[in-house]
Amino acid sequence: MYAYDELDRTLINERVSEFRDQVKRRLSGELTEDEFKILRLQNGVYLQLHAYMFRVAIPYGTLSSKQLRRLAHVARRYDRGYGHFTTRQNIQFNWIKLAELPDALSDLAEVGIHAMQTSGNNMRNVTSDQWAGVAPGEIEDPRIWSELIRQHTTLHPEFSFLPRKFKIAITAAEHDRAAIKIHDIGLRLHKNGDGETGFEVLVGGGLGRTPFIAKTIKPFVPGRDILSYIEAILRVYNQYGRRDNIYKARIKILVHELGIEKFAKEVEEEWKAMGDVGLTLDHAAIEEVRSRFSYPAYEKLPHMPDELKQAAHDPLFERWRKNSVSAHKVQGYSIVTLSLKPVGGPPGDATAEQMDAVADLADKYSFGEIRVGHEQNLALPHVAKRDLPLLFKALDRLGLATPNVNLVTDIIACPGLDYCSLANARSIPIAQELTRRFANHDTADLIGRLHINISGCINACGHHHVGHIGILGVEKNGEEFYQITIGGRADENAQLGTLIGPAVPYAEVADVIEDIVEAYLALRDRPEELFVDTVKRLGVEPIRERVYATR
Amino acid sequence: MTSPLEQKKIRITGPSMVTANRTWDGAVVYRTAKQGWSTELSDSAIVTTSDEARALLAEATADDVGAVGPYIAPVELKDGGKVKPGNLREHIRAKGVTIDLQVPA
Ligand code: HEM
Ligand code: SF4
Repeated sequence: MYAYDELDRTLINERVSEFRDQVKRRLSGELTEDEFKILRLQNGVYLQLHAYMFRVAIPYGTLSSKQLRRLAHVARRYDRGYGHFTTRQNIQFNWIKLAELPDALSDLAEVGIHAMQTSGNNMRNVTSDQWAGVAPGEIEDPRIWSELIRQHTTLHPEFSFLPRKFKIAITAAEHDRAAIKIHDIGLRLHKNGDGETGFEVLVGGGLGRTPFIAKTIKPFVPGRDILSYIEAILRVYNQYGRRDNIYKARIKILVHELGIEKFAKEVEEEWKAMGDVGLTLDHAAIEEVRSRFSYPAYEKLPHMPDELKQAAHDPLFERWRKNSVSAHKVQGYSIVTLSLKPVGGPPGDATAEQMDAVADLADKYSFGEIRVGHEQNLALPHVAKRDLPLLFKALDRLGLATPNVNLVTDIIACPGLDYCSLANARSIPIAQELTRRFANHDTADLIGRLHINISGCINACGHHHVGHIGILGVEKNGEEFYQITIGGRADENAQLGTLIGPAVPYAEVADVIEDIVEAYLALRDRPEELFVDTVKRLGVEPIRERVYATR
Repeated sequence: MTSPLEQKKIRITGPSMVTANRTWDGAVVYRTAKQGWSTELSDSAIVTTSDEARALLAEATADDVGAVGPYIAPVELKDGGKVKPGNLREHIRAKGVTIDLQVPA
C-alpha cells in the first residue's frame, strides 16, 4: 500500500472545495457550459448520453479495502449501484448528478481518492503492472517509479496544458501487463550490464484514429535520470507538437513524422543541452518514496499446503485455480485474479455489493489490498495458498470466479453507444452475446488464450487495434456495422491487427467471430499454438478464406 | 450514428426535435413548445422545416443554465400522433441502455 503525505491530502481537499464552488456557479448560471467544461474535465467529469460520467483515478491500480468500500458507497449513494473499471486503471460512474458531484468527490477525498488528471490535455494517471510488487522475477516494484513521476507531473504547469493528453505506463516484469507499447511513453525497468537499475524508454505508442506501436528511443536511462529524460522528451514534443490539429497533436504523430531516429536524436541533444535542471533523483528521494510503499508481513508458509491438496479433487476449484491463480514472489502465496467478465454480463462492471464483498475478502485474505488491471479485472495480490479453497467458494457466490481470465470471454469493451456520446455503435451487447456463444468453459479452455477487444468508435478506448481479435463499431447509413481485425497484440510483442474483410452488421458479428475461432482451431498446428501465433505463422488469408467462403 | 455534437449547417429531412442534457443532473431532456424542457419525448416541440429547426435550436441554446449541449435529432411520427426516437442513439437516450445490467451471480 502507499501512504499519501500531508501535501497530497491538502491538495486533494483544496481541489474538492474549488470544484464545489465551480459547480455552484455553474448551476446558478454564473458560469456558462463553455467556461465550465474545461473545469469539469479537470475533475474527471464528462457528459455522456444519459448523464454526466465521472472518472476516478486508481493510481497504478492499487486500492485499499477502505478505498474500495468508499467506491461502493459512491456507486450506491450517488449512482445506480454499480461502477465500471476501465482499461487505464480508472473507475467510471455513469449516472452521477452534477449537483451531487462535489459531495461524491469529498467522500472520496477522505480516503485519498481523486479524479485529477483523468481527462483533459494533461499528464494522465501513470499506469503500471497490476501485479507490481508481487510478480516473481520483477526487477523492482515499478510503482515507486510511477509515484515519482506522478509527483513530478501532477499539476506541474508544463504538464497541465500539453498539446494533447499524455499517457505513461511502466512495467518491471518480463511479461508486459501494462501495455507500455501503446502509450505515449512506455518505460521498461531493467538492469544493465553493471547491475544498475534503469529504463528502456519507448515513445510514440497510441491507438485511436492513427494507431502506432511505441518504439525504443533509448535502451537504458539510469533511474536517477528518468525525470530529466522525460522532461527532455516533453520539451521536444512541446516545441514541435501540433496544437493546430487535434488529430495530429499526439506525440505518436510527431514521432512518425520526424522518424524515430531523428526524434531520438533531438531528445538526446535536448537532454544534454538541458544540463542539471534539478531533476536528478538522488538516492534519498527514491528511498523516501520506496519507504511509503508498505508490504505485508508475509508468513513462512509451505509451497503446497494440505488445504490445496485436498481441494484439488474438486474439478471446479481446479479449473478456477489453473485459470485465475498466479505465482507470487513469496512462497506459499498467490495472486488471484477476479474476473469481472461473467457470462452475459457487461465487461468490467462491478456492483456496490460486489465491491463491498471484495473489500471484505481482501481484509480477510489479502492484507486489505486490491489491484485493478488494464484488462478490466480485479486482483487480490497476497493470498495465502491455504486460503484459496475458501476464497474460491466466496468468490463463486459473488459471481467473481468465472474461470475465463485471458480466455475468449475475458473481453475488453468500451462503453459504446449505450453510454458514450461519441459512439458509432454498441460494444457491450456484442461482448455479452459473445460470452454467451462461448459460455462453455471447456470450449474456452480448448481455444486457449484469446483476447477480444471491442471499441464503439475510432477513439479505440477498447483497444481494438491490439486485440487478438479486434472489433470496431462503424456506421453505415445509420446502421451499426463492425470492422473485424485479427492478429493484434498488446504485450511485449505488441502489434496492430489486420482487417479480415468487409464490415458486418450487428446481428452477424458473433457468427463471424465464431467462424474465425473455428478456422483457427482447424488451422493451428498443435493445441498449444495460440490464436495470435497461428495468425502470425499463416497470415490473415487462410482464415479470411474460411470465414468469408460461405458469406 | 453521426455525432450530432457538431451540427454546423442545419438541414433536416424529416420531423425533428431538440434534445439536450439537463444541467443539474445530466438527464435527457427535450425542448418543449412552451420554451421549457421535459424528460418526456412526447412533450417535445416537433419541427418539420430547417428554418423552424434553426429557430428552435437557437432558442434552446440560449437557455444555457437549464440544459447542456442542445442539438437537433430526428423523430418518427406514428399514427395517432405518437412520437418515437428517429434513430438508435436517440432510442437509447430515451429508453436507456440496451444492456441487461443484471450481473448473473
Ligand atoms: C464513456 C466515456 C468515454 C469517452 C467520452 C471517451 C473518449 C475518448 C476519446 C475522445 C479518446 C481519444 C483521444 C485521443 O485519441 O487523443 C479516448 C481514448 C481512450 N480511451 Fe476513452 N472515452 C470514454 C470511456 C473510456 C473507457 C470506459 C475506457 C476504458 C475501458 C477508455 C479508455 C481509453 C483509452 C485507453 C484511450 C486511448 C486509446 C489510445 O491509445 O489512443 N475510455 N477516449
Ligand atoms: S471508443 Fe468511442 S464509443 Fe467507445 S468509449 Fe471511446 S469514444 Fe466512446
